[in-house]
Amino acid sequence: MLTQIMLAIFQILIIIALAPLLSGIIKKVKAFFQIRKGPSIFQPYYDIAKLLRKDSVVSENVSWIFYASPLVSFAAILTAGLLIPIFISDIPFGFAGDLIAVVYLFALARFFTALASLDAGSSFGGMGGSREMFVASLVEPAMMLSIFAVAVYAGSTNLGSISQTVSNLGIDAMSPSYLLAFVAFFIIAIAETGRIPVDNPATHLELTMIHEAMILEYSGKQLAIVELAAMMKLLLVFSLLASIFFPWGMDAAGIPAALGIYLIKIAILGVAMAVVETSTAKWRLFRLPELMSISLMLSFLALISFIIVKGG
Amino acid sequence: MDYNLFSGLVIFYLIGAASSIIFNKKDRLSSYAAFLNAAVGSVFGILFSISIISGESFNFEIQGTSFLNFGFFVDRLSAFFILVISIATLAVSIYSTGYVKEYFGKKNIGYLGFLYNIFILSMIMVVSANNAVMFLIVWEMMSLISYFLVIYEHEKPEVRKAGFIYIVMTHIGTGFILLSFLILAGASGSFSFESFSGAAIPPLLKDLVFLFALIGFGAKAGIVPLHIWLPYAHPAAPSNVSALMSGVMIKTAIYMLIRVFFDFLGSGVMWWGFLVLALGAISALAGIMYAVVESDIKRMLAFSSIENMGIILLGLGASMIFFAAGNPGLSAIAAVASLYHLLNHSVFKGLLFMGAGSIIFSTHTKNLEKLGGLIRKMPVSSVLFFTGVLSISALPPFSGFVSEWMTLQSLLLGFSLNDTFVMIAFSISAAVLALTGALAALCFLKTFGIGFLALPRSQQAEHAKEVNSPMLLGMGLFAVLSILFGVLPVFIIPFLDRIVQTFTGDGSFSYGYFGTITLSGGNSMSTPALLILILMLALLPLMILLLYNGKMRSPVYETWGCGQPVSTARNEYTGTAFSKPVQMWLGSFYKPGREITTTYSVSPFFRESIRFGSRTEQIFERYLYAPAVKHVLEGSRKVKLIQTGSIHAYLAYIFVTLVILFMFVILGGR
Repeated sequence: MLTQIMLAIFQILIIIALAPLLSGIIKKVKAFFQIRKGPSIFQPYYDIAKLLRKDSVVSENVSWIFYASPLVSFAAILTAGLLIPIFISDIPFGFAGDLIAVVYLFALARFFTALASLDAGSSFGGMGGSREMFVASLVEPAMMLSIFAVAVYAGSTNLGSISQTVSNLGIDAMSPSYLLAFVAFFIIAIAETGRIPVDNPATHLELTMIHEAMILEYSGKQLAIVELAAMMKLLLVFSLLASIFFPWGMDAAGIPAALGIYLIKIAILGVAMAVVETSTAKWRLFRLPELMSISLMLSFLALISFIIVKGG
Repeated sequence: MDYNLFSGLVIFYLIGAASSIIFNKKDRLSSYAAFLNAAVGSVFGILFSISIISGESFNFEIQGTSFLNFGFFVDRLSAFFILVISIATLAVSIYSTGYVKEYFGKKNIGYLGFLYNIFILSMIMVVSANNAVMFLIVWEMMSLISYFLVIYEHEKPEVRKAGFIYIVMTHIGTGFILLSFLILAGASGSFSFESFSGAAIPPLLKDLVFLFALIGFGAKAGIVPLHIWLPYAHPAAPSNVSALMSGVMIKTAIYMLIRVFFDFLGSGVMWWGFLVLALGAISALAGIMYAVVESDIKRMLAFSSIENMGIILLGLGASMIFFAAGNPGLSAIAAVASLYHLLNHSVFKGLLFMGAGSIIFSTHTKNLEKLGGLIRKMPVSSVLFFTGVLSISALPPFSGFVSEWMTLQSLLLGFSLNDTFVMIAFSISAAVLALTGALAALCFLKTFGIGFLALPRSQQAEHAKEVNSPMLLGMGLFAVLSILFGVLPVFIIPFLDRIVQTFTGDGSFSYGYFGTITLSGGNSMSTPALLILILMLALLPLMILLLYNGKMRSPVYETWGCGQPVSTARNEYTGTAFSKPVQMWLGSFYKPGREITTTYSVSPFFRESIRFGSRTEQIFERYLYAPAVKHVLEGSRKVKLIQTGSIHAYLAYIFVTLVILFMFVILGGR
C-alpha cells in the first residue's frame, strides 16, 4: 500500500517536473526549423518561476469561479495523470478510471477553464471559451471512435491493461487498425492540446487564439498554475499516445531504465509535433471540422479493419 | 405493511388535493395544504418502493372486484418508477411552497394545488395499473391534468398555443397506444396486463404492437420526431410543474416501453433494438443541437430533456439488442445504464428546472441574454444550479458521468456479440453520444457562464435577490442527490441490478474497495477515488498560491480590454455569440436566418440604429408537421362538404346509414 502511494507521488512529481521541459523542447525544435537560435529548453521553467514571484491582478467583475478554476483544472489534469501508465503499466490508481474517464477528466479541466473565461466579462474570454468548447465538440466523436478502436483492439479500456496487451503483442501489434488508430489519435492530440493547425499557442492575436484568449485575465501566480496545467496536459496527451501505441520497455527493465525510455518516447513525439507545427499553417476555425472528420474517418476505418480482420 | 404504505400515499395525495380546494380562499394555507401533503405522500411513496425493491416479496397486488377487474400491480420495475416519481415530488413539493408565492393574489392557488396532487397520483397510478383499460384511464388523466397545468397561465396567448400542441400530440400518442393494446387484447382475450405477457401473438402482429407502442409512448417520451410539444409545453408550465413533467412524467413512457418490449412481447427481434437505438441517437443529437442555440432557459432545458431521453433510449436499445441476441447478462448492464441515467436525469433536470424557476422568480425573465452576474446576487441558488450543470455535462465525479460512462461501456460490450452490424451501429452510437456530451457541456457552460457570471445585462438581473429558503431547500435536496448518485454508484448499481433482474438477467457487476465498479469486460471506474484525488491534488496548486514567496496579493483592477474602458455589460460576450460556431458548423441543420434593419438619420452615411435579429429553423416542424397539418386541414375542408348545417340533411344521413346497416345485416351480416 505504502509503495503504491509512493509510486503515485513519484508519478505526480515526474509529470510536474517534465511538463515544462517538453514545451521547451518543442519550442527549441521549432526554432531550429525556423533557422533561429530560440530560447533554452529550460525557458518554460524560468517563465513559471518568474510568474510565481508576481502578484495576481484580478478583474473586479470575477466571482469564486475565477479563483477555483485553476485549482480544479490543475487537479483534474493531474488526476488524469495518475490514470495513465508512464513508466510502469500496473499503475497504483489504475482502478479509479479508464481511458474514457481520462477523456472526461480533461473535459472537466476544460470546462472550468472555459467557465473562468466568461467570468471577467470581457469579449476575448468569451470568444476563447466558445471556440474551445466548439473544438472540443469536434474532437469528442473522433476521440470516442478511436477509443473504441483501441479498446476493442486491446480488449479493455483500462490503460494499464491496454499497455500490457500491446507490449505483449510486440511487433504483431503493427496491424492496419492499429496504425490507423494511431494517426487518428495523433490528430486528436493536436486538437486536444491546442497546437497548430488547430490553435497557435505562441500568439496573443485575438483572431487566431483559443486557449490564450481564455486565460487572458489570469496573471502572476494564478497564470503560472494555468500555464503549468496546460503543459502538463500536453505531456499527458503524449504519454497517453506512448502508453497506448508504443508501451514497449515499460515494465521490463526496472524503473530508471523505463523512465529513460519514456523520456526518449516523449522527446520523439515532441519533435514530431514540432515538425507538424512548422510544416503547416494554422487553419481557419471553420475548416477544423474537415480536420476532425479526417480523424473520425480514420478511427472508423480502424474499427472496420478490426472487424474485417476479426471476422475473416 | 406495503399495503398500508401504498394506501398512505394515495390518501395523502387525495387529502392534498381536497384540502387545497377547501382552503382555496387563503393562498398561503392552501399552498401549504397542497404541497406539504404531497411531500408526506412522497415520503410514503419512497418507503413503499424501497420496501418492494429490497423485499423478497416479489410484487404487490390489489385485486379489483369481479365486475370491474381494475387493480394495482407493483413489481420491482413499477416500484423503481414510483421511487423516481416520489423523490422528485418530495423535492419539488418543498420547492413549490416557496415558488407559488409568485402567484399569490394573482392566480388561484387551490386550483394549482389540486391539479398538482392529482397529477402526481395519476403518474403513480400509470406505473402501477394492472389492466389496459385502467391504464388508459389513468394515462389520459395524467395527460389531461398536465395539460391543465401547462395552461395554468392561460392569459398568455403563447401558453394557450403550447397547451394546444401538447394536447394534440399526446392524443395522437394515446391513439397508437390504444391500437397496440387492442392487438394485445385481441391475442390474449383479456385486458389484464398479466394475460398480455403470456399472449401468443403472430410475429407480424408483434411487430405492429412494437411499432404502435413505440410511436404512442414515444410521443410522450419526446422521441424525435414526436418531440415537438416539449419545447412548447415545458416552458409554458409553472416551473415546479415543468420540473415534474420533464423530470418524471416523460419517464412514465419509458416505463411502459420496458413493460411492453420486455414483458408483453417477450424476447424481441433484433431490429426493434436497432430502431430504438437509432431513435435514441437521433433524439440525443437533435435535442442537444436545438438546446445549444436556444436563449430561453426553459426551452433550452426542454430540448435538453429530449437529448437525455435519447441517451436513456440508447441504453434501452442496446439492452434490447443484447436481449434479442440471447445475452441477458449484457442486456442487464445496458438496462442498468439506462435506468441509472433515467434516475440521474430526473434529479438534475428537476434541479435545473427549479433553478430556472428561481431565476424567473427573482428576475421575471427567462431570456438568457438579459441575465448575468447572478452568482453574486443569488449565491446559494447559483451553487445549486452549478451542481446541476456539472451533473448534466457528465463531468466526473458527478452523477451524469457515471451513467454516461456505463452507457458507453455497454455500447463497447456490444463487440463481444461478434456481429458486424452490431459493432458498427454501437460504434456510431458511441460517437454520437460523445458529440452529444460535448455539445451538452457547451450548452450548459453557456447557460451558467452567461446567466450567472460577469455583469448583469439588464435591470431585472441587476435587482435580482436570493430566493426564499423552501426553494433553496428543494433544490438543495436534488443537488445533494446529484453528488451522491455520482459518488456512490456502488450503492445504486446493486439496487438497479435487482430491478433489471426481473426483466433481463443478472448484470454481473463486481464491486471493489474505494467504491470501484467493474463491469463484465473487466473495465473499472471509481468516482469516489476520482473525487478524493481531485480534492487532494487541488491542494497542491493551492499551497503554491498561498505559500510560495510569501503572502498572496491580488490587486483588483478592471477587466483588460486592450486599453479601452470596456467593463460594461454591453461589451460582454452573449449567449448567441457563444453558440455561434456550432450554428455555423451545422448550418444545414439549423438553417439560420437573420434580419438586419438599419435606420438612418439625415443621410445613408449617418446610421441611427441597427437592429439585428437571428433565428434558427425547427426543421421537423417546418418539413414534417407543417405539410402534415396542411394535408389534414385540406382533408377536413373536403369532408366539410357534407357538413351543411341543415338538420334535414343530417336526418337524411342518419336514414341512409340506417338503411345501409339494415341491408348489411339482412344480406350478409349474419
